[in-house]
Amino acid sequence: MNWGSWQNFIAMGGYGLYVWGAYVVTLIALVAEIVGLIMRRRGVIERLGKYYAARRRNHESEA
Amino acid sequence: MAMSKSRRFSLYYFSSPQSFYPLAGALQPWFAALAALLCAVGLYIGFFVAPTDATQGEVYRIIFIHVAASWMSMFLYLVMGFWSGVGLVLNTRLSSMVATALAPTGALFTFLALWTGSFWGKPTWGTWWAWDARMTSELILLFLYIGFMALQSAIDDQRRADKAGAVLALVGTINIPIIYFSVKWWSTLHQGASVSLTSAPTMAKTMLLGMLIMALGFWMYSIAATLARVRCVILERERHTDWVEAEIGRQTT
Amino acid sequence: MIRALAWVLRRDLLLAFRRRGDVVNALVFFVIVVSLFPLGVGPEPNQLRGMAPGVLWVAALLACMLSLARLFAPDHQDGTLEQMLLAGEPLVVLVLGKVISHWLVSGLPLVLIAPLLGLQFDLPGNALAVLGVSLLLGTPVLSLIGAVGAALTLGVRGSGVLVALLVLPLFVPVLIFGAGAVGATIAGTGAEAHFLLLGGFLALSMVLAPWACAAALRIAME
Repeated sequence: MNWGSWQNFIAMGGYGLYVWGAYVVTLIALVAEIVGLIMRRRGVIERLGKYYAARRRNHESEA
Repeated sequence: MAMSKSRRFSLYYFSSPQSFYPLAGALQPWFAALAALLCAVGLYIGFFVAPTDATQGEVYRIIFIHVAASWMSMFLYLVMGFWSGVGLVLNTRLSSMVATALAPTGALFTFLALWTGSFWGKPTWGTWWAWDARMTSELILLFLYIGFMALQSAIDDQRRADKAGAVLALVGTINIPIIYFSVKWWSTLHQGASVSLTSAPTMAKTMLLGMLIMALGFWMYSIAATLARVRCVILERERHTDWVEAEIGRQTT
Repeated sequence: MIRALAWVLRRDLLLAFRRRGDVVNALVFFVIVVSLFPLGVGPEPNQLRGMAPGVLWVAALLACMLSLARLFAPDHQDGTLEQMLLAGEPLVVLVLGKVISHWLVSGLPLVLIAPLLGLQFDLPGNALAVLGVSLLLGTPVLSLIGAVGAALTLGVRGSGVLVALLVLPLFVPVLIFGAGAVGATIAGTGAEAHFLLLGGFLALSMVLAPWACAAALRIAME
């Protein structure tokens, strides 16, 4: 499929809004999910780290 | 009593969260890489190999993500139903965790199927939303996903949430063919000659290939995302164990 | 087993009779909702006639859903549900009894009143009859499926709206063929296929739903 030029590729035969509207939102959604997962993992590690540290402090103070 | 059993490798070893966690961590990058590769190839085929469609022009190229997303949305629901059913019947925690981890990705693909379908429908049919059988079924599927996630998040007791979600997912799985059949009947009756979004009458081989490769790519992506999510779920739910404490200790130093 | 079923039926009907207000409220809700649509859409008879099957059926769905809150929650609160789980009788039978009494109290009144409301929409006589029959076949299915939803959300916070979220998508096939039956009668194409399918749904849900509901109750109560 030879598009000829970048303009032709972006224009998509006049349907550019629809094609790119679909593809760009898909890309955004998948990237958002990936970023969300990364942030969730960091959040879990951070929260649990604090949880264990607090628990250790409690045990030490009781010991 | 002498242990005469030889130490044979068994898949059941991985049915505990503790053993599955590192396995998931090791596999996840591979699936992510496969997903990226397949999607790159699929998109290349979709945009640079597949020809212009005779009837729809360039706008048909949306099918490369629309069909893949809708296949994934249905497939992931079935997989979710399967694993939550296993968790219900065999009382295994990990199966339920996997089911919980699958739901958001499944819901996301359902939303994307609806979004891309809408963007395909507007130039081809004239409306952003047409009540055809496929789109309406996808909409109901989205409700089923949301219901599953809402039910699990509303129940505080973890095992109860797992099992209740499992019953709901299984009821949903049984209902999906009934719902699809009903909606299909309903749409053909009320719309007369309805054009199905996926019945591109003459599909060039390259179009079909691009669609299949994108579907595979999305499948690999789903596995990678679910593995990453289930690792978070495992850490959260097993936080009272020593191995999680050790793992967090490793991560925070 | 029949005695257990009869016992549950008798108890629930007695309790419902003592709290007639609850029952009547659901019915009044149905009437009000049905009356809202013409107010929102306009009194033009052709439009109303076209809308009528859908409007009446959706209102019936919503009324049934509202009444689900009374299905298990009161028994759960006063401890009867726990006794039912511990009883020697199969839970499936007790659940079936509760669902039947729920339908008698919440579904059957709709079946009887809906044709009257159909007159407000200028539905012809045969359509009114089909409306009644479709609701007669469909409302038990709503009670059966709704019971599963009620059991799953027992005691959960926000369970009122959550039940709706869970159960309304599952109601869709019944809605499609129930309203479709009336629509087909108006159009003159006959509703036999619809009735057959509604009957099929009823048979299927009568077999599967009590079982799923019992499982859900055990999960909720453990």
